Amino acid sequence: MDAPPTTTGTQPRGLQPETMAGASNESIELPMDQREVVFDCRELGVRYAGVRALRDVDLNIHRNTVTALIGPSGCGKSTFLRCLNRMNDLIPSAVVDGACLYHDEDLYGPQIDAIEVRKRIGMVFQKPNPFPKSIYDNVAFGPRVLGMKDGLDDRIEQALRRAALWDEVKDRLRQGALGLSGGQQQRLCIARALAVEPDVILMDEPCSALDPISTAAIEDLMTDLKSEYTVVIVTHNMQQAARVADMTAFFSVDQGETGTRCGVLIEVDSTEKIFTKPSNERTEAYVTGRFG
Amino acid sequence: MNGPTRTASVHATRAVERSLAGRRHRSLAASVFLVYLLFSTLVGLVALFVLLFTILRDGLPYLDPTLLANAPSANPALAGARPAIIASVMIALVLIATALPIAIATAVYLEEFAPKDRWWIRLIELNIQNLAAIPSIIFGILGLAFLVRGLGLGPVLLAGALILGLQMLPTVIISAREALRAVPDSVRQGGMALGATRLQVVWREVLPAAIPGIATGSILGLSRAIGETAPLLMVGAATFVSYNPGLLTQYTVLPILIYQWIKLPQADFQGLAAAAIIVLLAILITMNGFAIWMRNRYERKW
Repeated sequence: MDAPPTTTGTQPRGLQPETMAGASNESIELPMDQREVVFDCRELGVRYAGVRALRDVDLNIHRNTVTALIGPSGCGKSTFLRCLNRMNDLIPSAVVDGACLYHDEDLYGPQIDAIEVRKRIGMVFQKPNPFPKSIYDNVAFGPRVLGMKDGLDDRIEQALRRAALWDEVKDRLRQGALGLSGGQQQRLCIARALAVEPDVILMDEPCSALDPISTAAIEDLMTDLKSEYTVVIVTHNMQQAARVADMTAFFSVDQGETGTRCGVLIEVDSTEKIFTKPSNERTEAYVTGRFG
Repeated sequence: MNGPTRTASVHATRAVERSLAGRRHRSLAASVFLVYLLFSTLVGLVALFVLLFTILRDGLPYLDPTLLANAPSANPALAGARPAIIASVMIALVLIATALPIAIATAVYLEEFAPKDRWWIRLIELNIQNLAAIPSIIFGILGLAFLVRGLGLGPVLLAGALILGLQMLPTVIISAREALRAVPDSVRQGGMALGATRLQVVWREVLPAAIPGIATGSILGLSRAIGETAPLLMVGAATFVSYNPGLLTQYTVLPILIYQWIKLPQADFQGLAAAAIIVLLAILITMNGFAIWMRNRYERKW
């Protein structure tokens, strides 16, 4: 793939850490729009085996923000997330239409290699899925596969530190990853994703299988990560979206006349606005618990 | 208020007691059924023990270094099974070198790469299922026609090993596919999401995770091939071989040697046959034991 303007390694990450630090505490609306657009989705839609699961998503995702995707089950928020790193390619019947520009380059363009996309756009899954090998080898998998073999030990320590796991596992890096607790496994999966120096981290309900304490640890981590990365998170938990996200996108289900159900993007705005004065009444019904 | 409530609860307690007590008295039909189940289990066990007992009784006196070290001879005091044991081991090695890699590669392709919705893939799968159910003598005929005569290999060890390999393929493919299927999809997704290619994910994660299951199936397939007789009779395994076999020489294997000895009139050869059966059993039990040990040692809970 022709390298998009921001590639891993060549450009310093966390372009505006100073503005960010102030921004996230005070007024989050203003700097949000000024930040560089990482994803620019235009009329993005997905069909599975000819059945439309998601349509007409127009959504911008900005650099160094946490964007939450919320909505009821079946609204296509996970499907949308999987469009962003072409994980939908793994489902043979899935067809994506519309455009998804990543740094102005269409991810679904003819010259784009899905493997290259996934190197830059990492993903963390709902259920922690460490490989059945040692902690060290889990984090080393990505760098080894991508040929980043120089200073592997440092790279792994860095990734584990950034995932706030280093202190807990530094003495047992060679032990099996499946022996870790659920929350530690999930942070290991985050470390594994960070080890290949991605630009974006996608998280598909990363806390739904975790206890509250582990959840809090992962949420803190997301807030830390946004100074260096762009984070997109799917969550069922509205409190979680309110706690961690700068921007929130609300998806819902449109019922067709023939009984077909299709996910749509209803509204996207700053998290504060979505939860206090949403402009769409469907969003309001959902965030206040009256689902309609 | 208190009276009726207590009465009711006493009634309830009694009802519970009655229903629990009822469990102790099995109905006649249930008892008969249980006896039948026990009897059925015993049929198999008793048959096995009688077999083991007679073989050990007849064979143990003949189980000595001569049996392992000497070649077959017309003199029972000097007769041994060395060439047959060597041939059986060589066949196992040829199978490990040829059939196993092909079977595992086939399983990996079908499970991880093949477009599953294509008709020709389904045809291949159907054929593999069917091949697993084909009588071994048919494989022998195939070997005779294509390897021994068609390719002109002659009745040599390699031909026998290859035909056993062919016969072993379907069972190993099927068990290897099951082992691969047992690796959860989350492992594949996790690898792909890191920017690895499908080949890298399969090679570095899926295959290693499936190795215990694949090894178990392979060893069971191997041990079945080692005990096989019929196809080797078809492809012309000799009955009397007094030299150490090579890949391209005549050969005999343990099961055929046993068959040969049992046919001889002298009582000593019956004993030698029993001793050879003990050797064959020992080899097979060791292999199966190793398979079970592998499975328990490396079994993973996802």
